[in-house]
Amino acid sequence: MPEMHLPWLELSVLIPLLGALWVGCLKNRDVARTHAIIACALTFLCAAGEWIDFNSLHTFEAHDHWDVLDAVFHKDVFVVDELSAPLLPLGAMLYLMTVLTTLRTKVNRFSFGWTLFSEAVLLATLSCRDPWLIITLLTIATIPPWVEMRVRRQATRFYCLHMGAFIVFLVAGQALVPEDASALNPPVIAGCLLTAAALLRSGVTPLHCWITDLFEKVTFGTALLFVTPMTGAYAVIRLVLPIAPDWALQSIGVVSLFTAVYAAGMALVQHEARRFFCYVFLSHSSLVLVGLEMATPIGLTGALCVWLSVGISLLGFGLTLRSVEARTGRLSLNTFHGMYEHTPILAGLFLLTGLASIGFPGTVGFIGTELLVEGAVGVYPLVGLAVVLAAMLNGVAVVLAYFRVFTGTRHSASISMNCRLSERVTILILTALILGGGLYPQPGVSSRYHAAAVLMAHRAGKELDPETEKHPYEAVSVGEASANEGSTEAPAGH
Amino acid sequence: MTLDNIFQILGVIVVASPAALLALLGLPMLVSRPISEAMQSNLTKVAVLAGLFSALAILGLMLAFDSRHVVIELGNWVEIHQEDFHFHLKFVFDRLSVPFAILSFVLCGTVGAFASVYLHREAGYRRFFLLYALFLLGMIVSSLAGTIETLFLGWELVGLSSALLIAYFHERPGPVRNGHRVWTVYRFADAAFLIAALTLHHLTGAGDFDGLMGTGPWPEGVAATDSWHALIVGLLLLVAAAGKSGMVPFSGWLPRAMEGPTPSSAVFYGALSVHLGTYLLLRVSPLLEASWALSGAVILLGLVSAVMGTLASRVQNDVKNALAFASLTQVGIITVEIGCGLRYIALIHMIGHACLRTLQLLRAPSLLKDYQSLENAIGERLSTGPTFWERKVPEAQRSWLYRFSLERGYLDGFLNEYIVRPFVRLFRWCDQQERRWTRFAGGGEHRESDHVAVYGDSLEDVV
Repeated sequence: MPEMHLPWLELSVLIPLLGALWVGCLKNRDVARTHAIIACALTFLCAAGEWIDFNSLHTFEAHDHWDVLDAVFHKDVFVVDELSAPLLPLGAMLYLMTVLTTLRTKVNRFSFGWTLFSEAVLLATLSCRDPWLIITLLTIATIPPWVEMRVRRQATRFYCLHMGAFIVFLVAGQALVPEDASALNPPVIAGCLLTAAALLRSGVTPLHCWITDLFEKVTFGTALLFVTPMTGAYAVIRLVLPIAPDWALQSIGVVSLFTAVYAAGMALVQHEARRFFCYVFLSHSSLVLVGLEMATPIGLTGALCVWLSVGISLLGFGLTLRSVEARTGRLSLNTFHGMYEHTPILAGLFLLTGLASIGFPGTVGFIGTELLVEGAVGVYPLVGLAVVLAAMLNGVAVVLAYFRVFTGTRHSASISMNCRLSERVTILILTALILGGGLYPQPGVSSRYHAAAVLMAHRAGKELDPETEKHPYEAVSVGEASANEGSTEAPAGH
Repeated sequence: MTLDNIFQILGVIVVASPAALLALLGLPMLVSRPISEAMQSNLTKVAVLAGLFSALAILGLMLAFDSRHVVIELGNWVEIHQEDFHFHLKFVFDRLSVPFAILSFVLCGTVGAFASVYLHREAGYRRFFLLYALFLLGMIVSSLAGTIETLFLGWELVGLSSALLIAYFHERPGPVRNGHRVWTVYRFADAAFLIAALTLHHLTGAGDFDGLMGTGPWPEGVAATDSWHALIVGLLLLVAAAGKSGMVPFSGWLPRAMEGPTPSSAVFYGALSVHLGTYLLLRVSPLLEASWALSGAVILLGLVSAVMGTLASRVQNDVKNALAFASLTQVGIITVEIGCGLRYIALIHMIGHACLRTLQLLRAPSLLKDYQSLENAIGERLSTGPTFWERKVPEAQRSWLYRFSLERGYLDGFLNEYIVRPFVRLFRWCDQQERRWTRFAGGGEHRESDHVAVYGDSLEDVV
């Protein structure tokens, strides 16, 4: 397997892990925040280095240089591929920006130590492909929110019930997967259990209530970091996609589609900002699942694009809400707050990120949504209609929230509510990503199409050797790969 | 330099000038270094004039060289060649798009000059011009779009800028609520548009208007679909056009749109935005010829809208609202003309009406003062005798008709009662069920958010 020039993956996991230990020992919260920012920034640099290095190799998978874990276990534990290469910097960026925008008003209740620990777990999850290791890491990832709930003396029963079921389904499902399982020879019970686990973690209706409950009980930052990396979708790709038959994926797609519309509708009737965000997020993450489970090249490419765009845009959307909350306390949506006058830049970012999440033209979500809808129409025209309906409802909900939070009245404040420097930096970076990705989408789409090609080739049972094989999109068109497994024909182009 | 090169350069300037204006006004705001009012006004003038003169130059060259269909190819914005997927950026200058683009530049330029004085030292001056630039870009992209995706792109920009401009006076709840209502209608129209676009893709395998409407220059194209498909796609586009142009049953948003500042009301809802729906119908007019049922539906919608507009405009007690409904009347008539196949007449009617309505709306703020001056000068009220209809129609019917017109045909009430309320009731019921489930499985009350104060302005945990 090709090697990167530095051990980026191991460093990406090791730095936040050491940072967690160090920051956990610090008594001064302001110092802890500064050190956490440094650790997150270094992690992000390593993750970004991995992405750049991987792209320079022109391969579809690679592992670390000086791979210590390989030397110890004689196995490629951390491997990066077309799918995970951009997800790692995205995940690291989620954490960096969340920590960066944590204001002093929040440092007493937001745990930097556990945040760095969960970052290490997330990056390790995204770096490995071994099913059992992924299951272990997904299990460990459920601990930090549980600890925070306990610290805040909140009831944990509901969370434990769902996460317990998630872990049981994962372990039982993977235990029942035979060695020779594939999409052509699918293990039905194991597939159902793994699917149930992934859907539970993704919050597909009616198994979504634990996410709204989580947003009620932990800090906004922790909840945001637990859901926005969409590890449920990652579990679907790594654990379910390789072994599930087409009919199973398409039926899961229908459930996800229902969730997308249902959550968009629910977002419109929420009385409080966090719950509103939660439903908007659920609707979008379900749209990603819809694309993943269509198992067509265009749909899969669209889903992977939407994954990135939703990750960026809803991170910005959530962080903006969090920043406003840090100034006013939790926000009721039953009335107007008129924050525009005090924080016009936050208002602008809120609108921009919200619009990007619904795929507004010129933003990073536009082309992904187009591809997703195109792929959906290619499979079932009615699915395309439902995706459009969900996007419409989300659009109405996003602008409604903007009006409620930032306009409608004059807000009188005795102190300055202007953006802090760290918030400004975050806003500029997010804006650049959203508009840059929207105005120049080709590299992102090409990269996601290549990832889709690899996934489709794996699903078709084609074992790829990075040393000898050409990239699957060069070796065989993805349409052919899907045809090999009896999938639908490629949809008509534009 | 060949003629094609000249067309290419001029075409790019037409599209790039509003885009550059948007970037120049938006970037300083993003980095919290806003530029002065005078600079903003000058930039707007330069961008509008550059676009306008380029469009006029294209028109002049097209007339001089008898060229009726000039295509400006900007290549593929996105392409996955293995799947034959591409998002093509193409702009077309023809007998429909060139007059509409010139009209957009002229009216936006007029209103920009007016607004720079009218909104001088207003707190939202910069925000207005930013949204103005967004609107102008949307209008130009929509007018010149050579593919249905490009048209959709511009269509969405127009929708967003319009909704935000209605909520321009955003420290009051009224404009904000109205802005959101209009946005909701626009989103519905956008959804219909997007579905129509996807259906067209599915049927014809391409998004180019050339492919959809035949290769002949407008208005001579022939639709490349059968009548049944033309009817389905056409009806979806008709819904989109009705939403955008405020036709029945969406006409309730027109008076709401008048909450915005007068310059934006004039150029957006009185002149340009309100005609975008009819422009869409003109652009896809070959589809109408492919289905007589679709043509009938277009004529019917136009007639109903025109009657509704004329009734409602007569009972308004606000000059801007009266003008808004008068616009609806004309838009309805233009729609009838399109349904009847009178494409050139519809285009001329649209341009003439847009210019007239802009003038009327810009004149509206000072009109009352002039009326008062007149009355003071002659020493009595200006009054008119009973009209023909007042003399002929009995009192009871007139009262009913007055009530009907005042309530705008009860259309808003109908949408509220039969769409909005059931929707909200259904999802509130679902919310209640979720609450019960969470309480049951979690063993207690789990919603801290229920206790969030309706209005809080204190820092959460400083102390």
